[in-house]
Amino acid sequence: MLSDISALDLARMQFAFTVSAHIIFPAFTIGLASYLAVLNGLWLWTRDEVYLSLFEQWKTVFAVVFGMGVVSGVVMSYQFGTNWPVFADKVGPVLGPLIGYEVLTAFFLEAGFLGIMLFGRRRVGEGLHMLATAIVAGGTLLSAFWILSVNSWMQTPQGYSVNAQGQFVPEDWLAIIFNPSFPYRFVHMVLAAYLTTAFVVGAAGAWHLLKQPANRGARVMFSMAMWMALLVTPIQLFAGDAHGLNTLAYQPAKIAAIEGHFETYPDGRAPLILFGMPDEATSTTNYAVEIPLLGSLILTHSLDTPLIGLDAFPKNERPPAAIVFWSFRIMVGVGMLMLILGLWSGLARLKGHLFDWPWLHRAAVAMGPAGFLAVLCGWITTEVGRQPYTVYGLLRTSDSASGLRADAVGYSLMGFVIVYFFVFGAGTFYALRLMSRAPEDHIDISQIGPTRTAGITPIAQAGE
Amino acid sequence: MVIDYAFIWAGLIAVAVLMYVLLDGFDLGIGILFPFLKDRDERMLAMSSVAPVWDGNETWLVLGGGGLFAVFPLGYAIVMPALYPLIIAMLLGLIFRGVAFEFVHRTERMKLFWEVAFWGGSLVAAIAQGMALGTLVQGITVSGRSYGGGNWDWATPFSLLTALALVVGYATLGATWLIMKTEGATLARAQRLAKPLGLTLLALIGAVSIATPLLRPEYLQRWFGWPSGLYSAVVPVLLAAAAWMLWTGLRDGLTYRPFLATVAIFILSYAGLGISFYPHLIPPSVTIWDAAAPDTSLRFLLVGAVVLVPMILAYTGYSYWVFRGKVRPGETYH
Ligand code: HDD
Ligand code: HEM
Ligand code: HEM
Repeated sequence: MLSDISALDLARMQFAFTVSAHIIFPAFTIGLASYLAVLNGLWLWTRDEVYLSLFEQWKTVFAVVFGMGVVSGVVMSYQFGTNWPVFADKVGPVLGPLIGYEVLTAFFLEAGFLGIMLFGRRRVGEGLHMLATAIVAGGTLLSAFWILSVNSWMQTPQGYSVNAQGQFVPEDWLAIIFNPSFPYRFVHMVLAAYLTTAFVVGAAGAWHLLKQPANRGARVMFSMAMWMALLVTPIQLFAGDAHGLNTLAYQPAKIAAIEGHFETYPDGRAPLILFGMPDEATSTTNYAVEIPLLGSLILTHSLDTPLIGLDAFPKNERPPAAIVFWSFRIMVGVGMLMLILGLWSGLARLKGHLFDWPWLHRAAVAMGPAGFLAVLCGWITTEVGRQPYTVYGLLRTSDSASGLRADAVGYSLMGFVIVYFFVFGAGTFYALRLMSRAPEDHIDISQIGPTRTAGITPIAQAGE
Repeated sequence: MVIDYAFIWAGLIAVAVLMYVLLDGFDLGIGILFPFLKDRDERMLAMSSVAPVWDGNETWLVLGGGGLFAVFPLGYAIVMPALYPLIIAMLLGLIFRGVAFEFVHRTERMKLFWEVAFWGGSLVAAIAQGMALGTLVQGITVSGRSYGGGNWDWATPFSLLTALALVVGYATLGATWLIMKTEGATLARAQRLAKPLGLTLLALIGAVSIATPLLRPEYLQRWFGWPSGLYSAVVPVLLAAAAWMLWTGLRDGLTYRPFLATVAIFILSYAGLGISFYPHLIPPSVTIWDAAAPDTSLRFLLVGAVVLVPMILAYTGYSYWVFRGKVRPGETYH
């Protein structure tokens, strides 16, 4: 069975599977860590127990998800070598130090203060505990900074030379770190993480509001999340547009695939293809539903700037158009739905009905997983759209591996799939169960406050 | 001996791997000891004693892997395919045991399952690491700039021996850690476990030490040749002293000495390996200079390491200090 698929394709499948699984967790923990820092800050500032009780509840969710993020991340740090040895040998000198900095500045920081954040409130006191919580949040952002710099360099490489062994040799570190697509990708991803978290928190709040409309914790969650949805979604759309313009400048083939443009528009005036069926064999997008001129307006912000299509590239330089076309539309579609929900909640808030419009709450529950979907589709667009290269224009994916054995890669892929579905499935179930507990207005501070009390057995609360 | 960036980095990576072995060693060891603990309460207590620090411990493994990728990319590109099945097994093991820390408190029905996962994951990870070590010591076939050996080169009697030694070593670290962190019946059990474990560990170290020089003539030369054998002889002498410390510490029921003595045994065995290896990163053909990234890469990361590693050690130390002393039942559950 396995022998029908090449080792290279298996390696690609394995990488895509493990990194897609990994990104789901950071997308949530980056936002949740900041949310926890805000909740804890509000508790210290207002001394309103509802914030403390929310902190304690989301903290356990965070612990479960963070654990999954860590173990799936450790897998990633070894996959470059196991599946892409040639890639590792060649780009190691440039990308390795960036990952090294991620470990030194971010991973150790998160890990070092996580224990204090989760278990240390009584031992170190409120002030230091707050500091530890803020440091964990900062660590997740630093981690995103470095890894996105790494990924962006592979998309828009600069600041290197090539030595006799074919390795990329770093020449200018600032140029490498702040490569042209990095600022866009970093902003877009961090906003995506915040939105992902906001929609999960909002869904949990809405779920409880549907059952207990007066629950204060549920109200606080829902209200905070809807502020994020209202304010951050438009910023994200703006950032996404800027990101697309940047991609047009550096990776025009990717944009052509995203847009479904097989032919070049030498005089501009390109339509926006809303839907259609890109067909790579015939190089046409069939059944296209188009809006005239809008394509040029969005991509070049003018009517008559020339816009190249996939026909400008030989076939072996083109990304798989259909995947990119659809994944991009799903991401943007989700973005639009997020915008609608945000505006709807704004209207409800204006009218004073934020907590008693059940259809708003039902919609928010349905949108709970929206962020994850958008994040995955966004990454698929980014990564598939840069094919056939791992380092854009310089190192082909097919040259990134050598000597891999199809059976070894195939069996390990099977192992990852089985283990991930089982373990992360269980973890998702536990996280959902923790969220489904109705928030309490009051919390017994003596149990978690700074004074040490004897004989607590919170297994009882945690288990059920 | 040339002191240049590659040499410094070889030392730093070696220290990172050693830190990993020592720190994750005791928490993997606790997992390995799970079947020998009395009941669920005792197992949960043992787990709580490492819950606040395990993530930091495992980060040294990420530094080892990421560091290798950064400063010895060729080494990374050769070693990972050579050890492919072992690395995958280790990663899968670490997944089960890593999530178990949280999951075991989130369910009643599946509790036993996650306890078994914690044990099995720790054991598999330790075996995989031990076999990886053995495979490296044996030497790896290289052709051009990639791995040139077969699919099963890692499965040899020698690598099984090193795996056994590492499992017992981790279990000894785990038992002596529990001596420091627990009281009463658990403490007594840990003390009872530590004695046979310590003795077995010393026997296995002896076996590995005899087998290693026989693997390759250059190892033999380094250990028993003249004059290098003179320096090398220091290691066994110190090892004997550490073994004596372990024994007296256990005999007299001391709190810290058994753990510290086990740590010393690990450091000395590790130094012994270093003597066999140097100047190779991958015996028998790739030296640290063959594998090193260009100086620009080494220098750039070194600047960060010099500033950041002391900070990391400081706040990691702080975190251990915050959770110092004996663990009490229920303390880290949440
Ligand atoms: C640190 C670098 C890095 C990061 C952060 C990501 N990737 Fe990536 N990705 C790679 C580094 C990479 C790579 C090593 O460069 C691959 C391997 C083969 C390839 O074409 O690029 C790759 C391939 C690759 C492929 C296969 C594409 C194809 O062969 O057609 C997919 C679907 C993804 N990735 C998906 C993702 C997702 C969902 C990510 C979200 C986190 C992601 N990648 C982040
Ligand atoms: C192939 C690429 C990637 C690699 C090699 C990688 C590696 C890792 C590793 C080793 C860890 C565990 C750290 C620990 O021990 O504490 C981790 C966790 C983490 N990663 Fe990734 N990662 C990758 C992609 C990403 C991306 C794209 C993001 C976000 C934009 C990200 C953000 C994080 C964060 C925030 C954590 C902390 C744990 C968590 O929040 O779940 N990583 N990653
Ligand atoms: C209508 C709004 C949006 C537009 C126009 C847009 C635009 C883009 C573009 C052009 C890319 C590809 C980048 C590349 O070529 O490398 C991308 C990637 C991505 N998008 Fe969006 N996006 C939008 C909404 C969203 C939303 C709502 C989310 C998540 C909440 C999201 C998450 C992502 C992620 C995670 C990536 C991959 C990482 C990256 O390259 O930044 N996007 N987006």
